[in-house]
Amino acid sequence: MGWFDKLTRPRRDVPSDLWKKCTRCGEVLLIKDLAKNLYLCSKCDQHLRMPLWDRIALLSDDNSFVEVNREIRSVDPLEFVDSKSYVERLKESIAKTDVNEAVTTGRAAIEGLPYMLGVMNFEFMGGSMGSVVGEKLTRILEIGADEKLPVIIVSASGGARMQEGIYSLMQMGKTSAAIKRLNRAAVPYISIMTDPTTGGVSASFASLGDVNIAEPGALIGFAGPRVIEQTIRQKLPEGFQRAEFLLEHGMIDCVVHRRVLKSTLARILRYLTA
Amino acid sequence: MPKEFEFEKSIIELEARIKELQVISESGKVDLSREIQAITDKVEALKVEVYGSLEPWQIAQVARHINRPSTLDLIKIMCGDEFVELHGDRLFGDDSAIVSGLGRIGSHKVMIIGHQKGHDTEENIYRNFGMPHPEGYRKALRMMRTAERFGLPIIIFIDTPGAFPGIGAEERGQSDAIARNLAEMSDIGVPILCFVTGEGGSGGALAIGIGDRVFMFEFSVYSVISAEGCAAILWNDAAKAKEAANALKLRATNLLEAGIIDGILPEPLGGSHRNHQRAAEEIVKQIEAHLPILKKMSREELIENRYKKFRSMGKFSCEEELEHA
Repeated sequence: MGWFDKLTRPRRDVPSDLWKKCTRCGEVLLIKDLAKNLYLCSKCDQHLRMPLWDRIALLSDDNSFVEVNREIRSVDPLEFVDSKSYVERLKESIAKTDVNEAVTTGRAAIEGLPYMLGVMNFEFMGGSMGSVVGEKLTRILEIGADEKLPVIIVSASGGARMQEGIYSLMQMGKTSAAIKRLNRAAVPYISIMTDPTTGGVSASFASLGDVNIAEPGALIGFAGPRVIEQTIRQKLPEGFQRAEFLLEHGMIDCVVHRRVLKSTLARILRYLTA
Repeated sequence: MPKEFEFEKSIIELEARIKELQVISESGKVDLSREIQAITDKVEALKVEVYGSLEPWQIAQVARHINRPSTLDLIKIMCGDEFVELHGDRLFGDDSAIVSGLGRIGSHKVMIIGHQKGHDTEENIYRNFGMPHPEGYRKALRMMRTAERFGLPIIIFIDTPGAFPGIGAEERGQSDAIARNLAEMSDIGVPILCFVTGEGGSGGALAIGIGDRVFMFEFSVYSVISAEGCAAILWNDAAKAKEAANALKLRATNLLEAGIIDGILPEPLGGSHRNHQRAAEEIVKQIEAHLPILKKMSREELIENRYKKFRSMGKFSCEEELEHA
């Protein structure tokens, strides 16, 4: 390490919650600058994970977001314990994220158009889908169908929540069926896949948008890259399961830069609604 | 994959002993019928003991026994030569890990769809160990739409470790294929009966598992992730599969209690891999009991009831937290 590295690296006494390293180029970025720059790397434009409330602010007109079903909380149906108990993991996640679950849902407006919004939070147990995520999403999908309000879901998830066993698997069926109802009501549903969207979330509601949008560079796939490498005993090619790979293979409609995400969504919704 | 398990070793040894004695007895030199009877009684008692108290992890092993009745085994017993296998998704190819076709079960003309495993290594490689690619799920959906068009009830057999995790599967949209099936199966206007015959492996199982009635065999499992997979992730040690199998509550009795399935099909003493005929008979019994009821329902009723069935799955609380009260 050269002397110049010591100068450019943050000093040891700067707490790590003040800065973040870019996941692609390694550039050290101050959180307060990142927040102003939509969590885009100022050096390489990598789309870093965006915190929940910044995402909601990005996709809704000022003061338009009204949360629904915040009170729905996880229970521990299997009394699941691995190295830690599920109850303990939930408590820790709630304390860390200051929300009750891995998805936050509500009513919002985008350029004046009212719609239902669901945003997943990867910080909450890896954005995993248990009964609450399934229920809250199903409820906004049902409101959408009943009130003819478009639905937008922003995914960020490692998949199903193992700690809820079979209940979490069934959320895939539940949310997908609710989307089918929305389809029958001819109400638009736009899925936004952010980094990462995998497993049971990718294999249910996240893939079922009338329009599927991904953020640049987002990891999106059914099986995680590690599982695939172990199964086929081969290194995966560069760019495999990234947003651009899915676009090339016909699985998503477009890759949209965060700076124009809101305006793109508004434009699409205006085409798909009366 | 072993043909015998540690826990049934003594049963298999005694069964071998019976065969030996029978050979000697049949040679006519000595009458060993009393000895044979005594050992036979012992074996039966041992089977009751062993199979009556299997641990979840042992059941997970029985569920993937290489001689367990496969979809084609069951079809052969139930439909004989009447079955017409139909192939292909009309988009990419034909996935041998899922089989489908037209058959007659009892008095009912039906569409049958199921995962297909092999009974030996060669066959398992051909069937990809029952792990479908997207084209398998798309074939299944095509068959369901065909069945719907002609008013045929759909009978589904579930037995897979999971959807295949590979490069081709990802390139061709494994997620899309599974998600699409989940959504479309909620909108099929004919009765759907699902039977988990062996392994109900996660999304790869559920992708053909949205039924009006879902049954599990006594020694089958149905889970969000395999015990080994869960152990590797949460315990950082795949060898902790036994603990994970306990924690996941993946047995038929657990799922019945949870309201996820509608019934459990009993297995013959020692498991279905010892008696395919019995397994088929149990399936036919359920089909005869449930299809007449479902056939009377209108398309709308079926779809509405199926929606409600899956809509109600999940456990959560709805109370405001105290600090906000």
